[in-house]
Amino acid sequence: MKDSRFKFVSHSRRVQEDRRFVTGRGNFVASIEMDGLLHVALVASKHPSARIRSIDVSAALAVSGVHHVVTGTELSAAVEPMMNGLDTPKVRRYSLAVGQTRYCGEWVAAVAAESRAIAEDAAELVEVTYDPLPYVIDVEAALQSDSPLVHPDHGTNVLLDRTFVWGEVERHFAGSPRTLSFRVSWGRNSTVPVETFGVVARFDPWRELLDVWASIQMPKYAEQIARALRLPANSVRVHYDVDVGGSYGVKRGIKHTVLAAYLARRLGRPVRLIEDRLDNMQSGDAHGPERIFDVSVAFDDRGIVKSMKMRALDNVGAYAGRAPFQLGKPVGAIVGPYRIESVQYQVLSVMTNKAAQEAVRGFGQSPTNFAIETAIDRVAVALGLDRIEIRRRNFIRREQFPYLIPSGTRYDSGDYHAVVDKVLERVDWSGLETERDRLRASGLLAGIGVAACLEPGGGNSSFEPLLNPKNTTTTWMDSCRINVDGLGCITATIHTTSSGQGHETLTATVIGEVLEIDPDRIRIIRPDSLASLPSNSPVGSRMAIMLGGAAFHAAQRLKRKLIAIAAHQLQRPADGVTYSGGSVSDVQTGRLLTWSDLVTIAHRTIHLMPEGLEPGLEATYVMQVPTGRDLPTADGRVQMYPCHSFEFHVVLAAIDPQLGRTELRRYVIGHDCGTVINPHIVKGMTLGGIAHGIGAALFEEFIYDGQGEMTSQTFMDYPLPSSHEIPEVEIVHHCTPSPFTVFGQKGSGESGYLGAPAAVASAINDAVRPLGIAFTKLPIRLTAISDAVAGASGTGRQHTDDH
Amino acid sequence: MKSAPFDYLRARSIPEICTFLGEDPDAAIIAGGQTLIPMMAMRLARPSRLIDIARVPDLQGMRDDGAAFSIGATTRQAEALESLHVARNVPLLHKVLPWVGHAATRHRGTIGGCVANADPAAEVSLALVTLGGEVVTQNLDGTHRYSARDFILGPMMTAMAPGSCITEISFPVWSHRRIGVGFQEVSVRRSDFALASAAAQVALDSAGHCLACAIGVGAVTAAPAYLQPACEALIGSRLSDAEISEAVTGALDRLELMPNAHASESYQRRAAAALAIRAVAEARGDAVRRIGD
Amino acid sequence: MNVELRINGSRLHVAVEPRTTLADCLRDHLHLSGVQTGCEHGVCGACTVLIDGEPARSCLMFAAQADGYEITTIEALAPAPGELSVIQDAFCELHAMACGFCTPGMVLVAHALLNRNRNPSRADIVEAISGNVCRCTGYGQIIEAIELAAKRLCESNVVAGELSE
Repeated sequence: MKDSRFKFVSHSRRVQEDRRFVTGRGNFVASIEMDGLLHVALVASKHPSARIRSIDVSAALAVSGVHHVVTGTELSAAVEPMMNGLDTPKVRRYSLAVGQTRYCGEWVAAVAAESRAIAEDAAELVEVTYDPLPYVIDVEAALQSDSPLVHPDHGTNVLLDRTFVWGEVERHFAGSPRTLSFRVSWGRNSTVPVETFGVVARFDPWRELLDVWASIQMPKYAEQIARALRLPANSVRVHYDVDVGGSYGVKRGIKHTVLAAYLARRLGRPVRLIEDRLDNMQSGDAHGPERIFDVSVAFDDRGIVKSMKMRALDNVGAYAGRAPFQLGKPVGAIVGPYRIESVQYQVLSVMTNKAAQEAVRGFGQSPTNFAIETAIDRVAVALGLDRIEIRRRNFIRREQFPYLIPSGTRYDSGDYHAVVDKVLERVDWSGLETERDRLRASGLLAGIGVAACLEPGGGNSSFEPLLNPKNTTTTWMDSCRINVDGLGCITATIHTTSSGQGHETLTATVIGEVLEIDPDRIRIIRPDSLASLPSNSPVGSRMAIMLGGAAFHAAQRLKRKLIAIAAHQLQRPADGVTYSGGSVSDVQTGRLLTWSDLVTIAHRTIHLMPEGLEPGLEATYVMQVPTGRDLPTADGRVQMYPCHSFEFHVVLAAIDPQLGRTELRRYVIGHDCGTVINPHIVKGMTLGGIAHGIGAALFEEFIYDGQGEMTSQTFMDYPLPSSHEIPEVEIVHHCTPSPFTVFGQKGSGESGYLGAPAAVASAINDAVRPLGIAFTKLPIRLTAISDAVAGASGTGRQHTDDH
Repeated sequence: MKSAPFDYLRARSIPEICTFLGEDPDAAIIAGGQTLIPMMAMRLARPSRLIDIARVPDLQGMRDDGAAFSIGATTRQAEALESLHVARNVPLLHKVLPWVGHAATRHRGTIGGCVANADPAAEVSLALVTLGGEVVTQNLDGTHRYSARDFILGPMMTAMAPGSCITEISFPVWSHRRIGVGFQEVSVRRSDFALASAAAQVALDSAGHCLACAIGVGAVTAAPAYLQPACEALIGSRLSDAEISEAVTGALDRLELMPNAHASESYQRRAAAALAIRAVAEARGDAVRRIGD
Repeated sequence: MNVELRINGSRLHVAVEPRTTLADCLRDHLHLSGVQTGCEHGVCGACTVLIDGEPARSCLMFAAQADGYEITTIEALAPAPGELSVIQDAFCELHAMACGFCTPGMVLVAHALLNRNRNPSRADIVEAISGNVCRCTGYGQIIEAIELAAKRLCESNVVAGELSE
């Protein structure tokens, strides 16, 4: 993977951040200490829906060490409701329930006390009386006209119902020799980082300044806090140098931060709200998509899929927020890697009395890929054709890039056939089939799964104007500032938190590449939000592209300044000098000005500087998403993301037919994310994404019982894959650089996760297909496999699970 | 998730434990705490006082009594796993111990704790019930000895009298020359509590006939179940796959299962049968390989 | 109540409630913030410390129970300020982490493993870290780093158990 064109980019250099983590010196939010800190514990409703009749806090307040107990009535008078992404003003939400609770786990009151233990003691003593109300948990029931309404003022449980038609769908369906239809479901799960969400807030009323430290991954976080608290935006100072212990989308924390900040301002003490695991699982509002897909495809006898209809019905939970946009982002890769010519895509975001959703890795792309890949597998099975051959026939071909898909996005580059070829060579396909047959002969079920999918990267927010016409956001920038000090040392700033993506190393590597200086000598720091340039957080696999791009352009500006200083000194035009390794020399005479010389001129000897150049050596760049400037068209066509990484998974699964236990015996992924800036980082992302995907495919689900109570409250009920559950994964690389980025890099923050659930499901279904079984809902639990195998009839009739 | 407040007392002797327990009906014993502390953190358990018994000398140590092997209640699971005496005298316990929790919990969790918590899925309890061991307890009224099969009644329910502390667990030692053990478990993840489990110990004569047989299933009934009819049916047989299957299935059919949110009754029955058959076959294979002292 | 603990070679006295877990005591009273709490019910392993050299979950002990043991936290492993142990260095060489939250636990588990078994198989390593959840890396680079550390320890004649004084 090492690219010899580059000195530092694409080389397996150490990730500088790692040094603080291996020594236990990560700056996680729970490690932040300050005098006078108060701790918060929450009181949560257990009802799926209930009116709050009364809240008696007197016993709680009487506990020694308790400073305050706040309820929704008090809070909602002092803050603005949380923002919705869609135009749904009647869906109102505060950090604490006001008048009514709408899901099991919704916060009703918060206790601030001298310690978390005391706060919990007091929280138990808060007496809340409820009048239970009718509730709805099932998303299809929520669509019925007689369903209880989660927000009666909104008039319906439907937040969004829109159908996009791109191309001549009906004509293509009518004219195709074959069609097939199916339903698949993606269970409610999430990325569940090991560190829960936490925030520390401190308000200085004399400076009128709110300081916030948080384990956060949220675009425009400071702005949303300011708005909610009715503070000027420049009264909120978010400290970006907090290390985030994993997020993968979910740590949006507005609810928690507004509450903590309100208490800090009211009580005149810094306030800390760290979710414990129970808070997090039930009340943290960090659940991911829960989706039912109804899909139809029209195809011919060669398996070429001409058109697709997809209905995505998402159970978004009791509130709106940003999660419904996860139905919009997949528009940018709605046909996957295939040349499907027309698409009808209906999106429904429907409320029920479940916990609120939050953004999850991929922002809806992984469930959508699961649906698309199921379609392709079923086309292959229907025709009796090889599943890989079908994909080859349908793939966009290398020479067709940039390729415009029906929904208006142009895919930048790719060579899907080459990646598949490489994977098959590594995996020894016929050997794999032989191994599968051997496993079958030994009495196990065995199957090979394949999945091909895209990872759109460089995230902008085009899904916002797409789904909410009142939102005309097209700017989605990131930034970098580089300063060379008077002694010639380089410090650069980035303006976001990181949750392990190695952004400091990424930025130093890019700057080092441009300036031809060892990246290890470049210090990257994170100023707070008041001292920062605009950024939009590491979402949508964007930072290699955006932060890398901003750092690159800032470094180029700096380099041009150095060249200008040298040229002036050497009395040559700019193209008469050459930059190399920090020095600039006269092309003809070779006379050299060193880095130190140039720094001295810039900082100390203005009389030697060219006219019009500012003293010092500083450069800034604020970068907009490449290819992203336009609003969607009336029929919803839009350039969603600029870059498209590709992955192709091959999985061999062995299943114990009696116990239902699945073992992933072999896992190979072909991965093309363009130019790789740091291979270690990308490898970790990919392997970690696959682990997340295996969890979603086999283990993880937030389960609600018949009474609307969420029963997956601890790590005993929500199984996170351990090292035993994750196979050794082989990664095969390919590189089709993006024409839109500075080094040809694409995103990789969501890699592996976007295709692993589809691949694992494909493997299990390949294993059970001879028995006439098909699993259509994730996760596929071992008990379900065992039950289905036991119940399988011998007639080969299609038997699908219905839960 | 902070525990509710409690008083902490450290006992120095068994009589002191009994006294502390007798003083306060809401007192609880803590030895390893690997099961108790999570429950306290979730405030599902709220003892008024915790009596730490981990350093009471008379609760430690292991003892070879000839026909039985006794393990002090506060013996750490890791210590029992690494013990050559356990491996030799109670091979079934040695077999199941790697499946108890994780290495980190085995360094703290105790043998007595496994039995006292009476988790239907506990591997140590399964081994004890399968072999028909004994549990010794003590309270202010004195010492009591229970047959394990009568001691564990259901989830977190034992026959222990109020104010009692388990002092030792006693496992029968088989004197046969050729003994084999088997253990099979299915769980969602490798280290999770079992959805179903099965343990087996067999003794073969030199011709391969079964001289003694002990089979138990765990996690599917209120307490680990000893499959007596299956054991009786297999004595004298050559433990062929067909004979094992018939004996196990017949015995399981008569069991009243206790399904839960993770496993339906039909899954439990199916999995327990499959695992028990495999465990007995594994024990048979193990016996064939071993040579007695 | 007062408890005397032996932490990283030092004898320390703390005043804690009985209900204070060892994890909270280490973090809040002794400012050893390398001990993380991810679940507080003994599943995730982020709170892992070594008790007499063996991994244990510090959220599943009360500080009151913890006297009389040699307790080791991540802070003890670096041989000197600014330096890294062989295991820590191997983790950095192969980027055996991303967010770093589970990392102290993983490093300590590796330390205990390599102290006991100088030449662990991949299966041994998988088993050893199976009680520690990582949500970032998918475990692959962690396993490779421990393999690398084992190799380097064998080559260097350093005993993993030697801690800086």
